[in-house]
Amino acid sequence: MSAQTHTADSVLSIDDTLAKFDPVMGLEVHVELNTNTKMFCGCATEFGADPNTQVCPICLGLPGALPVVNAMGVESAIRIGLALNCEIASWCRFARKNYFYPDMPKNFQTSQYDEPIAFEGYLDVDLDDGTTYRVEIERAHMEEDTGKSLHVGGSTGRIQGADYSLVDYNRAGIPLIEIVTKPLTGAGERAPEIARAYVSVLRDLLKALGVSDVRMEQGSMRCDANVSLRPKAGDGATSAEQLAVPLGTRTETKNVNSLRSVERAVRYEMTRHAAVLDAGGSITQETRHWHEDTGVTTAGRPKSDADDYRYFPEPDLVPAAPDAAWVEELRATLPEPPAERRKRLQADWGYSDLEMRDVINAGAIEAIEETIAAGASASAARKWWGGEIARRANKADVAITEMGVTPADIAELDGLVRDGRLNDAMARQVMEGVLNGEGSPTAVADARGLELVQDDGALEAAVDKVIAANTDMADKVRGGKVQAAGALIGQVMKEMKGQADAAKARELILARLLPS
Amino acid sequence: MTKTELCLLSAAQMANGLVAGDFTSVELTQAHLDRIADLNPALNAYLYVDDAGALATAREVDEARAAGQDLPRLAGVPVAVKDIACTVGMPTTAGSKMLEGWMPPYDATIVAKLKSAKMPILGKTNMDEFAMGSSTEHSAFGPTRNPWDLDRIPGGSGGGSSAAVGAYLAPLAIGSDTGGSIRQPAAVTGTVGTKPTYGGVSRYGVIALASSLDQIGPCARSVTDTALLHEVLGGHDEMDSTSLDAPVPAVVEASSTRDLTGMKIGVVKEISGEGFQPGVLARFEEARAKLVELGAEIVEVSCPHFTSAMAAYYLVLPSEASSNLARYDAMRYGLRVGPDGVESPSAEQVMAASRAAGFGDEVKRRIILGTYALSSGYYDAYYGQAQKVRTLIACDFEAAFEQVDVLISPTTPTTAFKLGEKLDDPLAMYLGDLATIPANLAGVPGMSIPVGVAEDNLPVGLQFLAPATQDQRLYAVGAALEAALTEQWGGPMLDQAAHLCLAQPFDKQEAGA
Repeated sequence: MSAQTHTADSVLSIDDTLAKFDPVMGLEVHVELNTNTKMFCGCATEFGADPNTQVCPICLGLPGALPVVNAMGVESAIRIGLALNCEIASWCRFARKNYFYPDMPKNFQTSQYDEPIAFEGYLDVDLDDGTTYRVEIERAHMEEDTGKSLHVGGSTGRIQGADYSLVDYNRAGIPLIEIVTKPLTGAGERAPEIARAYVSVLRDLLKALGVSDVRMEQGSMRCDANVSLRPKAGDGATSAEQLAVPLGTRTETKNVNSLRSVERAVRYEMTRHAAVLDAGGSITQETRHWHEDTGVTTAGRPKSDADDYRYFPEPDLVPAAPDAAWVEELRATLPEPPAERRKRLQADWGYSDLEMRDVINAGAIEAIEETIAAGASASAARKWWGGEIARRANKADVAITEMGVTPADIAELDGLVRDGRLNDAMARQVMEGVLNGEGSPTAVADARGLELVQDDGALEAAVDKVIAANTDMADKVRGGKVQAAGALIGQVMKEMKGQADAAKARELILARLLPS
Repeated sequence: MTKTELCLLSAAQMANGLVAGDFTSVELTQAHLDRIADLNPALNAYLYVDDAGALATAREVDEARAAGQDLPRLAGVPVAVKDIACTVGMPTTAGSKMLEGWMPPYDATIVAKLKSAKMPILGKTNMDEFAMGSSTEHSAFGPTRNPWDLDRIPGGSGGGSSAAVGAYLAPLAIGSDTGGSIRQPAAVTGTVGTKPTYGGVSRYGVIALASSLDQIGPCARSVTDTALLHEVLGGHDEMDSTSLDAPVPAVVEASSTRDLTGMKIGVVKEISGEGFQPGVLARFEEARAKLVELGAEIVEVSCPHFTSAMAAYYLVLPSEASSNLARYDAMRYGLRVGPDGVESPSAEQVMAASRAAGFGDEVKRRIILGTYALSSGYYDAYYGQAQKVRTLIACDFEAAFEQVDVLISPTTPTTAFKLGEKLDDPLAMYLGDLATIPANLAGVPGMSIPVGVAEDNLPVGLQFLAPATQDQRLYAVGAALEAALTEQWGGPMLDQAAHLCLAQPFDKQEAGA
């Protein structure tokens, strides 16, 4: 990505934007399937291979070469469609999308046009405010990826101004599923969050399906965000009145490659559109490039609805005609839908709604599930993943699973606490050691000499010593002010250098001072 | 046997002679290579001759035979391949400057089949550029000439294959037929050619013109020879999704048919009359009478939508071609030229300049037509409508085949026209294919066999059409009629061009014309 500075467009504040305009979004997500071979040939699909080593006459588009559909690609497409609550076409064709570009070997992309494999579905997305937004899915269709161009020289890293370009066709022909939403209306201020949450839920779903690596940073999942604004229908307008306002001109921000960027890019485009429209200008229908570093978009190529790709049915392929029985077989292989799964887990784990939302926001569901499976209690798993680890991960802007602590570590730590070897304060110290890479919880506890003293004689001696040294306090307790024991417990813990079981200390103090 | 006598044998006779040890494959192959060296300068039937490769295969066959190994039936019998099929070790140009000198890194499935059949591949035959044309005049490497009359076209697009077979420069050749490119050249050179059922022969590795119309097939001098090659080429190929997963029709067996009793044959009213050359119609009527003599019942059938076939074809073909030919963009292979006077041209400028320089006029004409026909706003009116016409034509065939076993028509309205005669009138050129096009639109098989010469002493072809997957019916009627006509003539069709049987059929002056 270029480091050049972009002339900042003026933007309106998000509040002003929302006061004056109603945002409408459309999200297009491209997912690379993790099939072993490409969509129309037998080439490997491994990421990161040397350029042009995973190619053959077919994916290079050599004269005479013909495509053959990867059945696994169709199967994955159907499973995705089913998981998105779509209808599955009983008969559909591939189509050629014709345009010239050097990284397209045939100068047409084998895709689907008016006969997608899956259509008319939805995905429910839970939001921070506790509401659920239903993202309606227009279609999910199969296609092949293009090659990858690397533009060398010039200042922008884009083709304009480059000295030369290198093309890697390893990616050409990798199976892609493009998932297109209907225009998302009624989102209002939630629009940026919905965009992010949708992509996030979709990513979890695809991961659960096992059909893709869904690595946004490697481009195996890519999001194009279409945004337009239309004027507010007026104060007190009904949602029907708002929906009747014609859509504004949209822009399509391409290849937004992280969840955070999806949210930022949508918010940025909303505020940029608002500034243009508010100043009496008009939006140019075009693609926009998102710049992660500066948080702005810049103009790409103009795009009109009349872009003429001269689609026609791919004559080299026979139609895909999945029979109903097979589709039902595939439906049976679907994992539990993420939303239902969450409800089930929340009940199993006994978390409150608030606790569950925190856990979801921390992206800790899978980690907690694995931690409980490894033997920890549900509350301990939540306390660690949703607490200290989440705080640190958030600060470092990485996933909680990348903090160097495993579910097994947490379970081990929880075991040490439950066995009475560590108290909470000691456990926190151990966690810090684990996060610092000092080793497993047991190893950290050993190395740091953290262990509750189990010797009752030492504890009794300390209790006696503290009672003798704090007669005032002792008298108060004797007089019935049991709360005053707290100060004495603190003194005992200090005497024991923290390595005592506070509950036991309390028990001993009260036994000494109160008649039984 | 002299070298010329070797070349005059049928493929079946060659195969038998090799088995009997009458001659070796090296002798047979060398005889053809020598004849090609002598006659190809006049004919320009071959664009590339692979002496070394052909002889290597021949030697291998001879050695295997000497060692007593079992060999495929046509092992050692040479074959020519239209320059539309990818061949490792031989350039593949599709008759275009765009691919001049391009060496494919892989073999087309049919080429691999020829190789495993141990057939020496003599070389690559000339064709209209990207198979667009009916005269081979649109080859970027000069026209092929008709061996019957060097001033005339050998048909197209597969004029090279038919001229090679007709002039005894190969006993067998591969053709490709998108709208008649096997059958029409066969008709105008007095040879035999079959367009199999769509999907009957793999298209993998054969440079696409119009994917839904293209079909690969055999060319030869007799029905039996054509059948022998057909069986080598046919069969399912998992590399071609449109290839039929069905056994190859028993075409060799069918070509021993001599009696047509009980066979019902339909004459298609719409492609058998108006605008046809009198001599063509006369031979057609005689052939029709001959079929009755052989026991067939002839009825007239109507295929009303055939009259729209030409219009539909010239929408479907250019549309698919415009997309299939988009890959020739100078980025990865083939011709690359920079635009004039541009210092550091963009990729798009290089693409445009290369395509402008690399494609001939006919190719450009069809790319433009197809691009237009697929454009948004025009798609429904052109491509969409044409596909509907295809369906209607298929229905016409279906209705006709409920009444009859095969259909017949003259293959072409006229005999071979003169070189240059229709170059400036593409529409007139297109009209020459009106009888052959319906089969491609419907995917049914067709065959052309020679039925004599017209008043201009040039060959006339008769076309048989059969229902999809019933290719053997073509061979049954074709073989029976061929046998009857051969008996009537006292020798095979090509004997009527006696000069072709000479070692030097073309005098030097004529060759230089």
